[in-house]
Amino acid sequence: MMSDMSKMTLAQARDALRAGELTSAELTESCLERIGAAGALNAFVHDTSDLARAQATEADARIQAGDAPDLCGIPLGIKDLFCTEGVPSQAASRILEGFRPQYESTVTRNLRAAGGVMLGKLNMDEFAMGSSNETSVYGDAVNPWKVDDRALTPGGSSGGSAAAVAADLCIAATGTDTGGSIRQPAAFTGIVGIKPTYGRCSRWGIVAFASSLDQAGPMTKSVRDAAIMLGAMAGHDPMDSTSADIPVPDFEAMLTGDIRGKVIGIPREYRMEGMPEEIEALWSRGTEMLRDAGAEIRDISLPHTKYALPAYYVIAPAEASSNLARYDGVRYGHRATLEAGEGITEMYEKTRAEGFGAEVQRRVMVGTYVLSAGFYDAYYNRARKVRTLIKRDFDQAFEAGVDAILTPATPSAAFGLDEMSDADPVQMYLNDVFTVTVNLAGLPGISVPAGLNGAGLPLGLQLIGRPWEEGDLLNTAYALESAAGFVEKPAQWW
Amino acid sequence: MSIDLETAARVAKLARIRVSDDALPELAAEFNTILGFIEQLGEVDVEGVEPMTSVTPMRLKRREDVVTDGHQQDKVLANAPDAREGFFAVPKVVE
Repeated sequence: MMSDMSKMTLAQARDALRAGELTSAELTESCLERIGAAGALNAFVHDTSDLARAQATEADARIQAGDAPDLCGIPLGIKDLFCTEGVPSQAASRILEGFRPQYESTVTRNLRAAGGVMLGKLNMDEFAMGSSNETSVYGDAVNPWKVDDRALTPGGSSGGSAAAVAADLCIAATGTDTGGSIRQPAAFTGIVGIKPTYGRCSRWGIVAFASSLDQAGPMTKSVRDAAIMLGAMAGHDPMDSTSADIPVPDFEAMLTGDIRGKVIGIPREYRMEGMPEEIEALWSRGTEMLRDAGAEIRDISLPHTKYALPAYYVIAPAEASSNLARYDGVRYGHRATLEAGEGITEMYEKTRAEGFGAEVQRRVMVGTYVLSAGFYDAYYNRARKVRTLIKRDFDQAFEAGVDAILTPATPSAAFGLDEMSDADPVQMYLNDVFTVTVNLAGLPGISVPAGLNGAGLPLGLQLIGRPWEEGDLLNTAYALESAAGFVEKPAQWW
Repeated sequence: MSIDLETAARVAKLARIRVSDDALPELAAEFNTILGFIEQLGEVDVEGVEPMTSVTPMRLKRREDVVTDGHQQDKVLANAPDAREGFFAVPKVVE
């Protein structure tokens, strides 16, 4: 019985807690037990079980007193990118070894205030730079899905979050998404992940990668759970000047499943050359499902799609090189040991060479290059102009009456860990080809599990919505989820 | 545009990341792969297009120009690799 509790959805757990059918203490213990037995997945990397038990006790008291928000007593996993007070928060990087924030990120503070229970910190790619969770200082997180003797990637950068939710180690988890880091791992592990509109969730206290693209969002077992958890994470925050001062609607109440008359755009530019047949087939099936649910399907064009990935790989490294300049060995984290006679420049250079992994070093240096004198206009300014055009493509589709856009979430199912190790960096970047446009345009995007491929691995579809209309987007996703009827779970091998 | 070893070394220096001489050829090759990919942006007609500064059309909020925070020296220094007498300590900067 205990081990089954952690398999509940957030909505089921909430209802059971309120009905007094179980306590948060029991539910939390059940998750902690499963985490303890899932070392092989390497999903949880910092244990906060004492804190979790204390929070569960508090939550039970609140539920008893009849003061229970939706998240009250729900055991959650938190991506290591979120600063959590007094708890190691190191963005999976050696350079933040030993860092214990003296403050709490706004999103995790919101979750705490709603009664959420933090089970621990979750594995990820270093500074959220990666699509396979292989750049982490903690080692690879492993996908609970397995079809042969290979260990598969759970995707990245929110790989630990995806693995933990898919393996029922927690009820739900936080993720962050700069180019696809919530949606791609969600698709690789058969769960739901939504990146909200830029500005919906505060970025305060989240370790910065590319500030104009980063957004936090929930990773959950169902669309309903995503609606509930997003409501608890979102909201205006004076500490983040880009946080939107607009009301957060009751997303769950908007899940009617009725999408009759909604216009769903199918962008022809997402039909990539060499796209696997099974991805193409899944996309067609998803289109039929939405049509059968009463939506109008319309072919649309987003002509600058092809340039999204190269624009992203100018803008994101440029912002990263600026954001990561703060890791200088002075204020927090790692500092290199200096030889006699070495000064401050050697301290910076050695500290950053020792503290940053290869992919982070690469991106910081690419960013430095595209921002350097003589190249700023040719690369950085040009990329920002292309970004304007990419956003304009979406604006025009929405102005023409499109309510949501359906695309594949990823160009493939989960691949094997180490399989990409000999490929050049650009091959790995192609994982984000369908998701990165959404960050560049600041739009909400959600990945919904929609079926299994021939080998038996989950595949996801992505829905892209109008800015600030996550409620409508979640409702369309809810209709797709109901039609797809994806209920498969990974067989437990760990 | 091709990156030679000298440019790779200069970029590493600007980024304040130590790269040994024997690692430079591989680094330059990786830069070239990534920059080759980025070159595609040159195909796009961006005549008259404004570079994006804000993805959502919102005005940055203003607030009263008053002190709202401070007196947290202990917290500020709590994670420093080397803090002495209430300050961050670093190697000698000025001879």
